[in-house]
Amino acid sequence: MASFLFRTIQSHSFLLCPTTLLRRNNGAFYCSMKSTHTQTATQEKQQPPPKIKSSPQGNQAKTRTLDRISKEYEAIIGIETHVQLSTLTKAFCTCPYNYGAQPNTSVCPICMGLPGALPVVNSKVVEFAVKLGLALNCKLSFNSKFDRKQYFYPDLPKGYQISQFDIPIATGGYLDVDLPVEYGGGHRRFGITRVHMEEDAGKLLHADDGVSYALQVDLNRAGVPLLEIVSEPDMRTGLEAAEYAAELQRLVRYLGVSNGNMQEGSLRCDVNVSIRPVGQSKFGTKVEIKNLNSFSSINRAIDFEIARQALLYSQGKADQIVQETRLWEEGSQKTVTMRKKEGLADYRYFPEPDLPEVILNKEYVDSIQSSLPELPEMKRRRYEEMGLSMQDVLFLANDINVARFFDATIGKGADVKLAANWIMGDIAAHMKNEKLTINEIKLSAAELAELIASIKGATISGKIGKEILFELMAKGGTVNGIIKEKDLVQIVDPSEIEKMVDKVFSENPKQLEQYRGGKTKLQGFFAGQVMKISKGKANPGLLNKILLEKLNAKS
Amino acid sequence: MLSTLHHPPRRLSRFFPANNKPRHFHTKPVLSSSQPVTDQSPSSTSPPESQILSIHHSLLSREVTATQLAETYLSRLKLAEPQLKSFIHVSNNVLKEAQSIDDKIKRNENVGPLAGVLVGVKDNICTVDMPSTAGSRVLENYRPPFDATAVKKVKEFDGIVVGKTNLDEFGMGSTTESSSFQVTANPWDISRVPGGSSGGSAAAVSARQCVVSLGSDTGGSVRQPASFCGVVGLKPTYGRVSRYGLIAYASSLDVIGCFGSSVADTGILLSAISGHDRLDATSSKQEVPDFTSQLISASLLESKPLKGLKVGVIRETLENRVDSGVKSTVLGAVSHLEELGCTLSEVSLPSFSLGLPAYYILASSESSSNLSRYDGVRYGNQAAAEDLNALYGDSRAKGFGSEVKMRILMGTYALSAGYYDAYYKRAQQVRTLIQKSFKTALDENDILISPAAPSAAYKIGEKKNDPLAMYSGDIMTVNVNLAGLPALVLPCGFVEGGPVGLPVGLQMIGAAFDEGKLLKVGHIFEQTLQGCRFVPPLIADGIPQ
Repeated sequence: MASFLFRTIQSHSFLLCPTTLLRRNNGAFYCSMKSTHTQTATQEKQQPPPKIKSSPQGNQAKTRTLDRISKEYEAIIGIETHVQLSTLTKAFCTCPYNYGAQPNTSVCPICMGLPGALPVVNSKVVEFAVKLGLALNCKLSFNSKFDRKQYFYPDLPKGYQISQFDIPIATGGYLDVDLPVEYGGGHRRFGITRVHMEEDAGKLLHADDGVSYALQVDLNRAGVPLLEIVSEPDMRTGLEAAEYAAELQRLVRYLGVSNGNMQEGSLRCDVNVSIRPVGQSKFGTKVEIKNLNSFSSINRAIDFEIARQALLYSQGKADQIVQETRLWEEGSQKTVTMRKKEGLADYRYFPEPDLPEVILNKEYVDSIQSSLPELPEMKRRRYEEMGLSMQDVLFLANDINVARFFDATIGKGADVKLAANWIMGDIAAHMKNEKLTINEIKLSAAELAELIASIKGATISGKIGKEILFELMAKGGTVNGIIKEKDLVQIVDPSEIEKMVDKVFSENPKQLEQYRGGKTKLQGFFAGQVMKISKGKANPGLLNKILLEKLNAKS
Repeated sequence: MLSTLHHPPRRLSRFFPANNKPRHFHTKPVLSSSQPVTDQSPSSTSPPESQILSIHHSLLSREVTATQLAETYLSRLKLAEPQLKSFIHVSNNVLKEAQSIDDKIKRNENVGPLAGVLVGVKDNICTVDMPSTAGSRVLENYRPPFDATAVKKVKEFDGIVVGKTNLDEFGMGSTTESSSFQVTANPWDISRVPGGSSGGSAAAVSARQCVVSLGSDTGGSVRQPASFCGVVGLKPTYGRVSRYGLIAYASSLDVIGCFGSSVADTGILLSAISGHDRLDATSSKQEVPDFTSQLISASLLESKPLKGLKVGVIRETLENRVDSGVKSTVLGAVSHLEELGCTLSEVSLPSFSLGLPAYYILASSESSSNLSRYDGVRYGNQAAAEDLNALYGDSRAKGFGSEVKMRILMGTYALSAGYYDAYYKRAQQVRTLIQKSFKTALDENDILISPAAPSAAYKIGEKKNDPLAMYSGDIMTVNVNLAGLPALVLPCGFVEGGPVGLPVGLQMIGAAFDEGKLLKVGHIFEQTLQGCRFVPPLIADGIPQ
């Protein structure tokens, strides 16, 4: 029943809002402007509005059901995120890691767990952990350690994962999130329980040639450093959870500790969802959901799960909500049981004897603290103070590279609002069409500032400005170079414009007569003709003024 | 400087450069030939001489070639091997490597201080191009793609790895009987165990199948077999020698150690393998002194060469359950130290008896984790199985021996939720206590002494079905591992047993990174010990030296 409900909403909203595909992408979950991500962003746009309340009209009954759920039950959502660090080498050996490399080409005795091989911690991993810990406003453990988490699996070469157990490197922080304006906006602060360092496992490949089936192990990823970030159960909706994850992605990208790419698995979220009747203080049974490959799937999976659990509650079947791991199925848009928890797994943690304790000192931490860049939250607050709308703020601060471009543009003295408009308008559109990042287009921030100044100072018209912009983005060059080369300086000399108006009048006596006979709509025609003669360079304001004077003078 | 090597009185000073980098000696014709290749003729009772120095000298003076030396050792190795079974694998490259050293000498090129020295390597230490099985079926035919750092260093100093010596599976045992492949015999009495787990390395040096050997010591695995086989065994400070390439048993306790037929040889080998290794995060950056620089030739010794040295005799090690013969031999050694000028006193380590249970809990816990990687997935023997769990279960059931399985089970139990605090955590607390009590005792004394084992070598099979009896034999040694301290075991006398008596080892324990002192004291002790010659009958009778 619940699944049916959601499927319906899904398909319906898609059909209702095909235009969302073309809309500027500054809403929820717009995570990146990289070519590969653009695809995702587009896909994400195809998804229904994530809020239950914003489900489309025409589904009144269903909307009411969902409203009732959110009135009667409260969802408690916590997220465990694994962030793959973009260090040059793995966590405990000197192998590089390149996503998509041939299986088992980036391995060594250490990450293969050969007998006698020993791990040595990559100091960059600790540095990145401290960076993220500080950025998440955590308290750092100056004496932490590594532990072994033990279980058998073919992708785990040593039979244990080097992780951190009882003394994580960072604890007790928070993450500030601004919710998208189109979903009501608002500011949220979500608690961070802990951040710890660990190594990734390899990957299993299923080889099935029709005759025989084999499980193959690719250990390229084994030993790649991860940070696990555990949130407090502070989220209440799928949207909040997805925005938390998006903000975390933004943060790691701002910090440069990870590419945060969900499709490559560089950022992986597992969520825990439980619900309880509003007013009840005891938590319900929590369910873990895995296989969430995008922010919108986090959103949808959670909302599905809330509805599933609420239905069971309302039918008096709350006992059927069991502690288990469920898998989000993108195809059917629902969660299904992956494995039931048979008691608590015993990982037999104990301190990793091959690695010394991780000791931080104040100097080290202070030097990292002082090297932190401006973080997304700070940036958003700064943009807000500059007078930008929240919509603009969220767009510009979303991608570190866009934010840098914007900052550089206004750093050159460009008008804040105009710079924002150019970037969010034509530049963003161009990037999307050409599948380029802002760093890949040939336009520099300095030239954009120059362009904005040229328009503001009336050297060129807005229309010419746009043409120049596209030329700059596609081919590069300078604003002044293009203006000179193409002779695009705006004509602001009234006598020159008067001459052109006279020329148009003399070439179109019939229309002039008609105008003076009362067909004043023809003013646009004359303006167009003059603009054509001027090759678009005539200052539009001046042109209209002179034209009107001349049209009316002789009548 | 070379003259100090060639002209008596010989000092070992500056044999190794201070920075522990391989240093090469120019070969130049030496006119005086002062030393024979092997200076222990069966009839002599003179103190043991350094075989390594002797070999080095003989090679440089061209009295003998490395090839001739290697042939002698190899033929002795092969003669003794059917009875002893010290080696799991003998290298095929020994003569080739010896030849290349001879070529270097012929070309007047530099050769390293271990040139021509045949080194036995315990089979839980990785060697490229040779099997490294840790004595386990689970690693049968496994050949590592890399050399352990200690082996690499031996090779850099021109040492020749002669082969891989037998051991208790993964170092778990005190007799070498739990090897999956063979039982090694004690050269003093082939019906007896050589001790363990480095029984093969100890027996091989004892029987002069090689010059020196590498072992590993987790709870006494170098020191106890050294005692049983009448050779010198050195367990360095934890972190002194890189563990990279040592197949882990209990990582926080494991160290690679050295065997030699003299203290000097043990010290030279230690100098070669010591030092920080960036591949082992637990290896120490502590400076490596020249361990042999203070080894003074016997003829230069004063009458009370150890005057003022404070020696603490650990009371708990001479209490009940120590064989009376062992006790009286060790007390004899105490008198000898007194004669050398030492100030003897009794010290008590109240937590001493707790060491054994703490050790077995910690070592088993770590081993249960360290041995998880032997799952049949990537290397080693893989059982044919229907599903994943069966693959794991069968590969491990067939691959591991019973002693290993028992320790994995014990360790898994001790680390399990609900038991961790009662076992692992408490054992760690005991460990801290032991470290503190050693610290106190070593603040007051230069060295501590004890027997190396409560008894001399016992019969093969005697304790095989009584693990607790076997474990209790480790009482003298495990505390030292828990404290991470260095300890030297050297033969100090005999008890009755076997055809000619059985050797008894004296253990000297030093402060962390104070191996130099242990070697100095051990060397003087050894050079001044009268009337004892620790050459086993297997060599003395029949097999040519």
